[in-house]
Amino acid sequence: MMQEQNHNGGWVIVLSLVIAFMLTAMPLPDGVDAWRPAWVAMVLIYWCMALPERVGIGISWMLGILLDVQQGAVFGQNALALAIIAYITIKSYQRLRVFPLIQQAIIVCCYVMIYQLLVLWIKGMIGVPPAAWTFWMPAVTSMVLWPWLFIILRDVRRKYKVV
Amino acid sequence: MILILVSVIVMTVDHKQGHLKFVRSTLSTLVYPIQVAVNLPVEAGRWMLRSFATRRQILAENERLRGEQNLINSKLQRYEILEAENMRLRELLGSTIDFKEKVLIAELLAVEMEPDRHLVEINKGTREGVYEGQVVVDAKGVIGQIFHVSPFSSTVLLITDPSHAVPVQINRNGLRAIAVGTGQNNALLLEHLPTNADIEIGDLIVSSGLGKRFPRGYPVGQIAAITHEPGSAFAKVSVSPSAELQQSREVLLLWPHSGDELHSKTQEAM
Repeated sequence: MMQEQNHNGGWVIVLSLVIAFMLTAMPLPDGVDAWRPAWVAMVLIYWCMALPERVGIGISWMLGILLDVQQGAVFGQNALALAIIAYITIKSYQRLRVFPLIQQAIIVCCYVMIYQLLVLWIKGMIGVPPAAWTFWMPAVTSMVLWPWLFIILRDVRRKYKVV
Repeated sequence: MILILVSVIVMTVDHKQGHLKFVRSTLSTLVYPIQVAVNLPVEAGRWMLRSFATRRQILAENERLRGEQNLINSKLQRYEILEAENMRLRELLGSTIDFKEKVLIAELLAVEMEPDRHLVEINKGTREGVYEGQVVVDAKGVIGQIFHVSPFSSTVLLITDPSHAVPVQINRNGLRAIAVGTGQNNALLLEHLPTNADIEIGDLIVSSGLGKRFPRGYPVGQIAAITHEPGSAFAKVSVSPSAELQQSREVLLLWPHSGDELHSKTQEAM
């Protein structure tokens, strides 16, 4: 059944994710560093919300593995967290879609916090828990940047007719 | 649910045994282009800076470098004499250490790794013979060791990472200790030094070579502060690293021989 629907614009999804990876790896000055939004998680939430039948838990998990490799983290740390985020998003996408942008941003903040919490747990279990309170800052910056990201990705999706 | 299970299994396996090195290094090659792309603007900036430098600037720099080289050469002469003398004395004592080490220069990639860990990425990998656990130094001192290797790049764990420790000794009196990373960029902690240990602020800390990973005698840092807490048996000694962990762009990879030879010597003796 899935094969018969015409999917197109897969490259847009891939490109947006590649850009998210690049933004994650981009060097930032020392102080600002801790405020880096969770780019990959945000872009993933968007695609899970917009096209839940295309971007699912499996893809999220694989992206997480790639993120682990890129960041030198323990295998599975980001994979588990991203897969769970994708799961929650796919469960709630119908509600998320009709929310006003501000409310969406707050929900995204919560989701990124769940993501951070999972990462924190895993790090704690491995034995290197981050001590600073700035660990939670990505959730806040993700919330602030969400409306812009949402609008940009929505326009891109409409322009290239990604379905 | 299955994916959660798989994640947990994969994490445990990776953390405890490290059977997944092959997978990681394969996937790294996939991610490497992204990292190169991120590094590109920084590289381009440097290239522009180099290519648009005026002739006068280059001449001035040349002059300065020549002066520096003369200075270093004269120091090196003394050092060579000392090394020869040292070897002679060691031969008399019956324990030779080969000071010759193979060295390779690697460049840092301007790429961010996992936050709150002290990891950096360098542009040399298994193709150049880099191996896991290899020691990385810069001109001033020890930087860290190789954490993961992949064909084109590898990850360095800095000595300031909270999970990293270097066996060290105090250069002045040979007192041994272990320097543990704190997670801050500018501090290491010396663990388990009794309050009455003979240490002073400014003492040079060098690697002791005891863990058989870091070769002997590379500077690690200087003692920055000593606090005695009443009621605790150990002094709190913080060390500021001598390597420019935040600034150096080029690092040296070492292939030490001394460790192995020392090892085989002790094995024979046993």
